[in-house]
Amino acid sequence: MAQTLSRSGRGPQPLRPRKKQLPFPLNIYQTAIGRKWVMALTGIGLLGFVVAHMIGNLHVYEGPARMAEYAETLRTLGGGLVPRGTILWILRLGLIAMFGLHIHSAYSLKEISRKASPKAGFVGGAKQYSGGQDFIAANFASRTMRWTGPIILLYLLYHIADLTWGWWLGDDFVHGDPYHNLSESLSSLPVAIIYIVANVALAVHIFHGAWSMFQSLGINNPKYNKARVAIAAGLAGLILVGNLSFPILTQAGLIDEDNRECAVEDFDDEHDILICLEEQLEEEG
Amino acid sequence: MDQVISLTLKVWRQNGPDDAGAFQTYQAEGISQDASFLEMLDIVNERLIEEGTEPITFESDCREGICGTCGLMINGKAHGPELGTATCQLHMRKFNDGDHITIEPWRAVSFPVIKDLAVERTPLDLIIEAGGYISVPTGSAPDANLTPVPKEAADMAFDAAACIGCGACVAACPNSAAQLFTSAKLNHLNLLPQGQAERWQRAENMVETMEMYFGTCTNHGECHEACPKEISLDFIAFMNRDYVKAKIKNRKLAGQR
Repeated sequence: MAQTLSRSGRGPQPLRPRKKQLPFPLNIYQTAIGRKWVMALTGIGLLGFVVAHMIGNLHVYEGPARMAEYAETLRTLGGGLVPRGTILWILRLGLIAMFGLHIHSAYSLKEISRKASPKAGFVGGAKQYSGGQDFIAANFASRTMRWTGPIILLYLLYHIADLTWGWWLGDDFVHGDPYHNLSESLSSLPVAIIYIVANVALAVHIFHGAWSMFQSLGINNPKYNKARVAIAAGLAGLILVGNLSFPILTQAGLIDEDNRECAVEDFDDEHDILICLEEQLEEEG
Repeated sequence: MDQVISLTLKVWRQNGPDDAGAFQTYQAEGISQDASFLEMLDIVNERLIEEGTEPITFESDCREGICGTCGLMINGKAHGPELGTATCQLHMRKFNDGDHITIEPWRAVSFPVIKDLAVERTPLDLIIEAGGYISVPTGSAPDANLTPVPKEAADMAFDAAACIGCGACVAACPNSAAQLFTSAKLNHLNLLPQGQAERWQRAENMVETMEMYFGTCTNHGECHEACPKEISLDFIAFMNRDYVKAKIKNRKLAGQR
């Protein structure tokens, strides 16, 4: 052990004096390691959502009718057992809670680290040595988590306003016809660029997150540790390819409204478009 | 080989904990490449004393890489450019004639500078005091091999016990987290039968003491690269697992709600 020279009493002042413990499950969240657990567990939930969302969106390649059917299936999850939209709203509330916890734990942990190293300067997320600290192990993904995170959050808000609420499409927005909304929105080049940039940030975020969560949760076995990096890279790659295909192929013209059987401009009422799409589906069998 | 090199040193000088501190440049002429990094500083200091100026303060003790006393940030790398090497085992043959070397102390708020390149590492001692020990009834020495230890557990505990407590992990960490140090000291005991009785108390107390003084781990892995004993990141994962288990188990053991 190092021999330590002590100036006065017992070392420097603690950065975070120990607080009174809250009742059981909450006291875990009071600690930094507990917060890392929460970040990892909510990360798994959010990752599951991102993968499911990407796979579900692949229905867009089956045409407008199938896409509308998929959207309707999500709203009627649970069949006749629960009122329409109930399960979907439960899932949404779960996602909002997971986002909230994920962001709060990330932000509060960052604050603790910032307090632990301000004197050394806190530039670009890292303390700086004058000798120029060369990162040996830390990669681009791990050092940019605190930038890719907020980018994803801003993109998420934009994405919901764009394709769920239809803020920018205005009269062009047809509720219940996601194929139409998607091709209308993504056929504009600036919008496609926003989607591409945000999804690259998402993949970078997932690459570090998917590896890091094993470590935070203590899932570690020297026999399988190499597989953890492969899993993280595979997941990030899968999501990158799947999600980037939508803006790129819309720009390339593969997802467009030409030759559409139920062309939106032929109808006055939104409801009639949906009926037309349903009929088309029945004809296809 | 008896190569002699000349270097330009940019050294952090700070008169005391409350002094602002600044870099000063020194010329180190005619340094043998057989000298260790600390011997190079010794030579520079002798010349400074002859000139009548104050020598550079730095810490060292065994100079054979096992005590953990020395520790310098050399060109932004903890313990210099060589992997798995403490500053005292770093030799000047790793440098070239005319090199510029920046030498800084460990940086972290909980490692205040005592003077120049010496920092106070008391918080590491406080983490050990919180649980880095086992309680044994004293008496005559127990028979050898009385407690069977699986070979794998013995090997891993030994890898963890290799930690010399120098603080390079904290210095290299962008978050100033002491996870690698704490997890090594924790697992060194938690992996062995002798450490089991106090395992869960130890996990809780050591981690919570660590969190009072240091930042939080973001799994960069810089600490492992800086570590002169190449302690594995696996121990951090084991600590994360043991800590949350401890939070649940301690509650049961103490019969709390």
